[in-house]
Amino acid sequence: MEKKQKDDKNSRRNFLKLGLLAGAGTVATGALIATGKGAAESGEKIKVLTTSGEVMEVDKNFLTLAPVGREESHEGIPGRKFVMVIDLARCKNARKCVEECQKGHNLPKGEEFMKVYLMQDSEKTAPYWFPKPCYHCDNPQCVSVCPVGATYKRSDGIVLIDNERCIGCKFCMTGCPYSTRVFAWKPDEAYEIDQPYSPEKSVPGVEGTVSKCDFCPDLAREGKLPYCASACPMGVIYFGDIDEDVVTNGTETYKFSELIRDRSGYRYLDNLGTRPNVYYLPPVDRQFPVERGLDGLDEEVTKRLENTPFVVNKNKEAKL
Amino acid sequence: MSATASSDKLLREFAPQIERTSIVGKLWIALLVGVVLLGFFALYWQVSRGHIVTGMRDNVVWGVYIVNFIFFMGISYAGALISGTLHLFHSEWRKPIIRMAEFITIISLLIGPGFIMMCIGRLDRLPNLVLFGRIQSPITWDVIAISTDIFGCLLFLYLALLRDLGKLRDFKELKVPNWKKKLYKVLALGYTGTEEQQIRLKKATDVMAGMVIAIAIIVYSVLAWIFSVTLQPGWHSTIFGPYFVIAAVYSGTGVLIVAMYFFRRAYHLEEHITLKHFINVGVIMLVLAAFFGYFTFSEYLTKWYGSEKNDEALIKTLFDNYYLLFILSNYVGVLVPLIVVGFRKLRTINNITIAAVIVIIALWLNRYLIVVPTLETPYLPIQDSRADWIHYSATWVEWSLTAGGVALFCLLFTLASKIIPIVQVSDLKEEPKQAGDIYMK
Repeated sequence: MEKKQKDDKNSRRNFLKLGLLAGAGTVATGALIATGKGAAESGEKIKVLTTSGEVMEVDKNFLTLAPVGREESHEGIPGRKFVMVIDLARCKNARKCVEECQKGHNLPKGEEFMKVYLMQDSEKTAPYWFPKPCYHCDNPQCVSVCPVGATYKRSDGIVLIDNERCIGCKFCMTGCPYSTRVFAWKPDEAYEIDQPYSPEKSVPGVEGTVSKCDFCPDLAREGKLPYCASACPMGVIYFGDIDEDVVTNGTETYKFSELIRDRSGYRYLDNLGTRPNVYYLPPVDRQFPVERGLDGLDEEVTKRLENTPFVVNKNKEAKL
Repeated sequence: MSATASSDKLLREFAPQIERTSIVGKLWIALLVGVVLLGFFALYWQVSRGHIVTGMRDNVVWGVYIVNFIFFMGISYAGALISGTLHLFHSEWRKPIIRMAEFITIISLLIGPGFIMMCIGRLDRLPNLVLFGRIQSPITWDVIAISTDIFGCLLFLYLALLRDLGKLRDFKELKVPNWKKKLYKVLALGYTGTEEQQIRLKKATDVMAGMVIAIAIIVYSVLAWIFSVTLQPGWHSTIFGPYFVIAAVYSGTGVLIVAMYFFRRAYHLEEHITLKHFINVGVIMLVLAAFFGYFTFSEYLTKWYGSEKNDEALIKTLFDNYYLLFILSNYVGVLVPLIVVGFRKLRTINNITIAAVIVIIALWLNRYLIVVPTLETPYLPIQDSRADWIHYSATWVEWSLTAGGVALFCLLFTLASKIIPIVQVSDLKEEPKQAGDIYMK
């Protein structure tokens, strides 16, 4: 069983490399750096050209793709326009998306780029689980209000933050109507890791600056899905390209336009005019009752939900 | 010749406040310095430990710092609008109080922006505002507007000071240290009061009076737009510009009255600053109270009556969690000046000053109620286990810095009055008691 899942994941990755992006091509255009750290020698040598013009042989495992620098990160991946679709009918608050995202972005415990809310639109309507990344709006308020251009919109639709330029005024946080952005309130050892900074990775974090979900463009360059999408056991999160009209959660691939048409996809708080690039499929024909999402949670997460109308009512009924 | 003689006599009267400081005055200054140092310690604490030491978190990202920023920018209006307007209207009674009003403007303009700095996570990157400034951002508008305002107000104050500086330079009996005498000489720029100089000075002051009013309106509107351009339910309002402008002048008159009260007692200015001045500024305050009440009412009425979902949630937050503060700021803060100044029997110097103090507190709370409850009521529900991430409450660091800011304001005001007479000497007549021209007799 376990093995099968692993195979699934592998095929998922392979599929993406072929389908979603011209994986190899993208890698080739990126710069290679020899780090020689954290990897065993493979014996396979690759010839590289050094900056001084000499040809040199380096072990294959010592080569990693250099992260995209601050300047280059303004450009966007050519020919791409990323989109995310979140299927609310499948979400049972497994929180794997949150965990993998935190791990992938090396975030301190309290900091989450992906958040899962227990939503209830009004008193009599049904509650549902609501994963919320950054919406990477086409009319991003955060970008408009930034006084120093530390947050910017790219040609591939992604909104990024340059933590080396951000002054930490938090205006973008009040500008975003979706409470997406998080602030690094204190120095943290998670920010200390030895890695060249790249806005595409949002790693390492910088104290006193703002950060948020970045749609993982570094993974997209490698032909991989964002951490949240590949981590979700239910396949809730689809990621893809709106121009190519394709989205995938790793196992299932759909035409984006058909998925949105057939499943009545919508954008959250569309009336605000921010034009998000994240679409939701309404929680109809659900695969799980909403209560399932309350099982097996950390005490801390359970506590977060204590004051939601659904949990309050549930506790009241239990008492009766 | 007689004009010089009379102003010499006046100078003699005002000289003691410049020449020496009483024991009480020294204690007062020591106290203020102490509080300012506490503020600096809090600032060090915050810079060294990160913003985690404040009560601000991801939901309420702006707290009392922004409230103080709006507040100090607001009282800077006292000088700009009151002295500017009264200058243009040639109101005679303004003369003993405009110097105070202008000092309030300049000092609060220097302190206000300091508070917004405390909100900034990376003070070391402040130069980015200029290096990478984006004109599309309201913060850039604010930087431009405030720096223009500071420059304009400094110029306006300086023009008004010139004649007094010339007088102080020429006044031989003044017993002050040499550095002060040198200072007067340099700052007076060779002004001797020739006819040509007077005409030029008058022209320049007239122009600056008009400019200062216009700039101040722009600065305060820009400040309001920082809030109202966002999509937050409590901020996204078309009347925020004028509402903030009115609230600003309103708080400014309050601070002016309190300053008049204290300087009148400390420097024995009873002859120059009379009940008449309190009533006249009080009447301005009354008119502004009515405007402020009207704007506040329209703002909340439309939110409540239309009851869009998020507006409704905001109103609920305001009335559930901020009930008392709301009453104090938006009812008491409007009604007290209306009653105290509105009824002739209640118009005493003490009553008007108490009303002014209430106005100042109410206006600070009003800004608090604009900033904090809105941030506590975002579109998406706050689901967090940490109480301090749900409800904002300022920490000792924030309160110390707030106290430090207020103390620095008082300190600079006191020190300024030790260098330059707190009353425009060259403008005063020999007989300062003018029984006439009180508004609303």
